[in-house]
Amino acid sequence: MALTTTPRRSGTSPDGEHVDAAAAVRTAPTGRLGSKVFAGFSTGAGILILVTLAAVALFLVLRAWPALTASSEELNGISWFQGDSVAEYVGPLIFGTLLAALLALLMAVPVSVGIALFISHYAPRRLAQGLGYLIDLLAAIPSVVYGLWGALWLLPVVSPFFQWLSGTLGFIPLFSDYQAPARNIMSAGIVLAVMILPIITAVSREVFLQTPRLHEEASLALGATRWEMVRQAVLPFGRSGVISASMLGLGRALGETMAVLMIISPGLLYSFHVLQPGQHQTIAANIAAKFPEASGLSVSALIATGLALFVITFAVNFAARWVIARRAEFSGAN
Amino acid sequence: MSKRIDVSDLDVYYGDFLAVEGVTMAIEPRQATALIGPSGCGKSTFLRTLNRMHEVIPGARVTGKALMDGQDLYGSDVDPVSVRRQIGMVFQRPNPFPTMSIADNVLAGAKLNNRRMSKGDAQDLVEQSLRGANLWNEVKERLERPGSSLSGGQQQRLCIARAIAVRPQVLLMDEPCSALDPISTLAIEDLIAELKSDYTIVIVTHNMQQAARVSDKTAFFNIAGTGKPGKLIEMDDTATMFSSPREQATEDYISGRFG
Repeated sequence: MALTTTPRRSGTSPDGEHVDAAAAVRTAPTGRLGSKVFAGFSTGAGILILVTLAAVALFLVLRAWPALTASSEELNGISWFQGDSVAEYVGPLIFGTLLAALLALLMAVPVSVGIALFISHYAPRRLAQGLGYLIDLLAAIPSVVYGLWGALWLLPVVSPFFQWLSGTLGFIPLFSDYQAPARNIMSAGIVLAVMILPIITAVSREVFLQTPRLHEEASLALGATRWEMVRQAVLPFGRSGVISASMLGLGRALGETMAVLMIISPGLLYSFHVLQPGQHQTIAANIAAKFPEASGLSVSALIATGLALFVITFAVNFAARWVIARRAEFSGAN
Repeated sequence: MSKRIDVSDLDVYYGDFLAVEGVTMAIEPRQATALIGPSGCGKSTFLRTLNRMHEVIPGARVTGKALMDGQDLYGSDVDPVSVRRQIGMVFQRPNPFPTMSIADNVLAGAKLNNRRMSKGDAQDLVEQSLRGANLWNEVKERLERPGSSLSGGQQQRLCIARAIAVRPQVLLMDEPCSALDPISTLAIEDLIAELKSDYTIVIVTHNMQQAARVSDKTAFFNIAGTGKPGKLIEMDDTATMFSSPREQATEDYISGRFG
């Protein structure tokens, strides 16, 4: 998108200015060359992004094509394939991917916004800084480590809680019939939530810190308490930033592979029983699980599911942009 | 709906730095009091102590007394939030909430006090406040548009409407016209003349003609040098201040010899 605006800058030349001729001769060429080089470089970088994106999309479509056009008999020749078409197979996977990411977002966003607000508006400066570093450290932990942590430590810890949840709220289908160990999508969601927490917190914190002092003071001068000030000035100002942050987190949650693979006990159902194992699987974890043994058509089938993930991620990002653009007038950017 | 403020021996600090020293002043109700003086003399800082906005800055504090109708604004049992609900403020740069419509901006303060306002009451309050700020006729067709869609002068009047919608006792104005063009400035000055029949108004201004036009009393602040605290030099009826001030420094400043 930056592509359309950057190259124009090179059009301005110092020719029209009435400056000392000698000075103009001395300075103009280098300045013009530098500007041209930079314009070329930034245009190139912009194009590179588009080319990469197009290459990935093209690869996915071309390699998925055999599976997309294969007959039901051919597809069922693959040992793990279920359903009569790729669409039928990928459906539950898409469902599982979205459900896991949604659960993660539901848990991560409120906590992240809370931490970000604490850091930006409540904590004493020194504590805020330390906390900020700690949160950033969370982002540096490799996902396979999260997987280990989730599988070995988290599962036994959340198990009694899930037991209780299922016992008390089991009449709601969502929470019914918990079975230990907690290799269900809820546990995967918790681990994903921890993983996307840092990025959402960091971006939200930056946005909250940018709330104009003028607006905070306007609110305080009207007799707002600190919380009222946050609600009146900080949160509305940071709204689009929090949405963008959530989408970044969602993007990571959608594509997260190892942690989910190591925690969830897979299944291919459209099921809202988030506490039961063997119900769900995500696209990325499924590819990782199946790919080592795959060859020929089964690789194509896996790539087709990858294509679906690619499209979902795109759709999510467009949806987020639409949400932000819808109220651009009220964003304070003008 | 308007109260007097009596300040005595007020010292204002930023951390250890004494910014304003020993201010004693009586602010009369239903009058406009102008605070003038060169940049950095502490007049805005002093203004912000009157509604306890000064202490919003980390490390900022105040010693001395400020009484509103005899009630100590800095009493240990006084909540700064309740002080600010009684003493409204208009800032140097117009600052309507960009995420709110014009109507919601007017109601922003009122909603803090009274969450459950009926729709009719809210509409009445919006109209009344916008009329009070001489803005109603310009915006009545577009109350649902964002506040930031207005011109600078209109935004500043919107901020005044927002401030008076809480029905404060006192209205503080911190150089309310310094970011505005002459026409908008005139509109605000006319408005101040109307508002002072209902409110106690304290206005900080860099513009001496403005002080002479809108205020009944004028207070002159000055600073001895960089790093020294600002002080109240003298305060008197505006007419007297601009014709025969007692202090030489006041006369020098007013006649444009410095500042």
